[in-house]
Amino acid sequence: MTAHFTSPAFKENAHQALHDPALQRALGNVESGFIAKRRKAADKLPEFEALRDSARDIKNHTLAHLDLYLEAYEAKVTAAGGHVHFAPTAEDASKIVTDICRRIGARTVAKGKSMISEEIELNAHLEAAGVKPIETDLGEYIIQLRGERPSHIVAPVIHLNRDQIESDFRRVHSDLPAERDLHAPESLLAEARGVLRQKFLAADVGITGANFLVAETGTSIIVTNEGNGDLSQTLPRVHIVLASIEKLVPTLEDASQMLRVLARSATGQEISVYTTFSTGPRRPGDVDGPEEYHVVLLDNGRSAMLGGEFREMLRCIRCAACMNHCPVYHAVGGHAYGWVYPGPMGSVLSPSLIGVDKAGHLPNASTFCGRCESVCPVRIPLPKLMRHWREREFERHLSPATVRSGLKLWGFFARRPRLYRLATRAGMGALALLGRGKGRFRTLPFAGGWTATRDFAAPEGGTFQAQWAARKERA
Amino acid sequence: MSAASAPPRPRVGLFATCLVDLIRPSIGFAAAKLIEQAGCEVVVPPQTCCGQPAFNNGDRATARDLALQAIDAFQGVDYVVAPSGSCAGQLKKHVPELFEGEPDLSRRADAFAAKVFELVTFLVDVRGMTSVPARFDGVVTYHDSCAGLRELGVKAQPRRLLESVQGLTIAEMRDPDVCCGFGGTFAVKYGEISDAIVAKKTDNVMAAGAGTLLAGDLGCLMNMAGKLQRQGRPVRVRHVAEVLAGMGEEPAIGEPTRGE
Repeated sequence: MTAHFTSPAFKENAHQALHDPALQRALGNVESGFIAKRRKAADKLPEFEALRDSARDIKNHTLAHLDLYLEAYEAKVTAAGGHVHFAPTAEDASKIVTDICRRIGARTVAKGKSMISEEIELNAHLEAAGVKPIETDLGEYIIQLRGERPSHIVAPVIHLNRDQIESDFRRVHSDLPAERDLHAPESLLAEARGVLRQKFLAADVGITGANFLVAETGTSIIVTNEGNGDLSQTLPRVHIVLASIEKLVPTLEDASQMLRVLARSATGQEISVYTTFSTGPRRPGDVDGPEEYHVVLLDNGRSAMLGGEFREMLRCIRCAACMNHCPVYHAVGGHAYGWVYPGPMGSVLSPSLIGVDKAGHLPNASTFCGRCESVCPVRIPLPKLMRHWREREFERHLSPATVRSGLKLWGFFARRPRLYRLATRAGMGALALLGRGKGRFRTLPFAGGWTATRDFAAPEGGTFQAQWAARKERA
Repeated sequence: MSAASAPPRPRVGLFATCLVDLIRPSIGFAAAKLIEQAGCEVVVPPQTCCGQPAFNNGDRATARDLALQAIDAFQGVDYVVAPSGSCAGQLKKHVPELFEGEPDLSRRADAFAAKVFELVTFLVDVRGMTSVPARFDGVVTYHDSCAGLRELGVKAQPRRLLESVQGLTIAEMRDPDVCCGFGGTFAVKYGEISDAIVAKKTDNVMAAGAGTLLAGDLGCLMNMAGKLQRQGRPVRVRHVAEVLAGMGEEPAIGEPTRGE
C-alpha cells in the first residue's frame, strides 16, 4: 500500500477550499482560537524566548547523537520489560503493529491521537487484518466517523463547524434519544465519552503516539487534554507506542523543558491537562498497566534527512504554531495540502517523506512572510528550508515551465545593466502610455493570476535611473 | 561650527529596487530627498535587481550573479539604502548566505551586507532622525511588510517619523503585521490564494477608517492598491517615503498621472 495523497493537485484543492463556505467559516477559528492565546502565554513567561533557544539546542544535541540516544533508549525499554521495534518504512511499521495484534488475537484497538499512525495509514492496515481501530481522541473520533483525515496536527477537526459534528453524531449514535440536546460543545464531548468508555474496556490493544521519548529512562510521554491517552495505554492488555525516531530527548529534565514550550506554542496552555509517562509493562505490584509494552520506532526517510540540508526539520515537536500563524493555511485549510502534514512544517516535511516531485507545490505555496519561523518553539527556519526545496526543484527542472522561462528572460536582462536600462526604459514608456488614462490595468498578459482579481498599477513612465541621470545632467 | 570641523557627509548609494525603478520612480526621488535631509550625499550607481526573484524561486546561480553585480556597483559608498524591506532584506540577510563556505567572496558579501539598510530604519536608527519637515492632512494606516518587519525589525521607526508629520493621524488597522498575500511571484503563481489573503487585508484597511494606506514596500502596496481599486474602495495607497518627504500630493499608486 503506498501513501495516499493529493498534494500534486494543491491548486485545485485550494480552489475548492476557497469556495467552500462551511470550511471558510470554520477556518476563522484558527485565527481566533490560537494566536492570541499563544501570545498571551508567551508574554506571561519572561524566559519564553530563552526556553525556545534551549529547546532548539536540546533537539540539535539529540539529533547530533541520535544513534547513541536510540541505543540508550532501547536498552532502557528492554530493561523495563518492553520491546523496541525499528521500522525503516511506513509499511514495516504497520506490519509490526498488525503482527502484534494478530498474535494476541486482538479484535479491537483503542487509539490515542497519533500523527505517525496517519502517516503510515495504520487504520487501513488494521482493518485489512480484521482488527477494528477505535479513535479515542474526540477530534480523531469525529474524523473516523466521517471517513476523513485530520486537517491540523493538533486540532484534527478545525475544518468543521459544531453543527456538522452534531449531525454526524445524530447519524452514527442512532441508538441514543433523538430529542437529546447537543447544542453545547461540552454535550458533544460528553456523548463521545459515553460511547468511547465502553470501547476502552473492550479493547485488546492500546496504541498511542509519543510527544517525547526519554533516553535516560526509556519513558514515552504523551500530552492530551481529554485523558483518552491514559485510558488507551492503561486499560488494554497490550500497549503499543508508535513514534518516529526524532522524538528522542536525552533526559527527563530535557523533556520538562520541551513540555514548557510545547503547550504554550500549541494551545497557549501553560501545560496540557494530562501529561502521561509510561515506562514498560505492568510491574509486579502495579495496580494497572498493560501486560505487554511495545515501541515501534519509525524512520520512513528521517535518517536520510539527518545528514542533509533538511536536518533542522527534525527538531519539530508538532505544536502546529506554524500553521496557526500561516496566512496560506488560514486561507485554504489543511486538507488542501493533500497529505498528513499541512502548513509550513508540512511544506518542508512532506517533500522529504513522499518526494518533492509529488509535494512540489507545497514549499512554493508560501509568501515567505516568515511568521511561522517567528513562532516556532524550536526555531526551525521554515522559509529557508522551503527555499531549499525550491532550489532542488529548479535544479531538477521540476519548476513550472512558465516560471523557468520567465526567470530566464528576466535574468538575461538583469545581468546586463546597460541593456536592462534600454529595455526597461522602452518597455515602461510603452506601458505608461497604455495605462495613462486610468493609471492601472485590469488585464495584463502573463499576469492573469494577478489581474483576475486585482488591478495592476501602470508605470509612471520613465525609469527612476533614467530620470535621475537626466536630473544630474541638468544640475 | 567651522566647515573644517563639520563631520563628513556619508555617501549613500540608493538602491532604488526594480519595482521603484520601473513602476514608480517618484518613490526613488522621495527616498533620495529623505536621505539628503538626513545629512548624506546620494548617488545612484547603475543597478538592476537584488536577485530576490531568482533566490526565492530556487535559481541560486542567477541570484549569485546579481548579488556580485550589486556588490561591485556599490563598492565606493558608505551605505546602501533601499526603499524596501524586502530588497534590503535580500541584500543584507540573504546575499551572505549565497557565499557561505567561500572565504574571499564571503568576506566581500559580509562587508557589503553590513552597509545595507532599509530606508526608514537608516533614517531613524543610523542617522538618528526623529522628525521630518512634512505636512499631510489626513488619516493614514500603516501595513508592516513581512520581510522588513521580521528580517530587519522595521516596526516602530516608520510610525515614529509619521507621527512627526503635521496634520497626519495614524489609525492602526487590525493585524497590521499579517502578510498582504503578495509574496513576489507567489501573487501570480498562486493568484487565487494571494487574492484571498489580500481580501482580508483590505477589509482590515477599510475597518481602520483611514483615507490613505502606507507601507514600505512597493510590491505589497501594488497588491493592496490593486485589490482596493478592483473592489472600488476609495482608500489611496502610497509608499511611506512619499508622505515623509512631503510628496503626498502626487497621484497615488494606480491613479492616472496628471496631464502634461
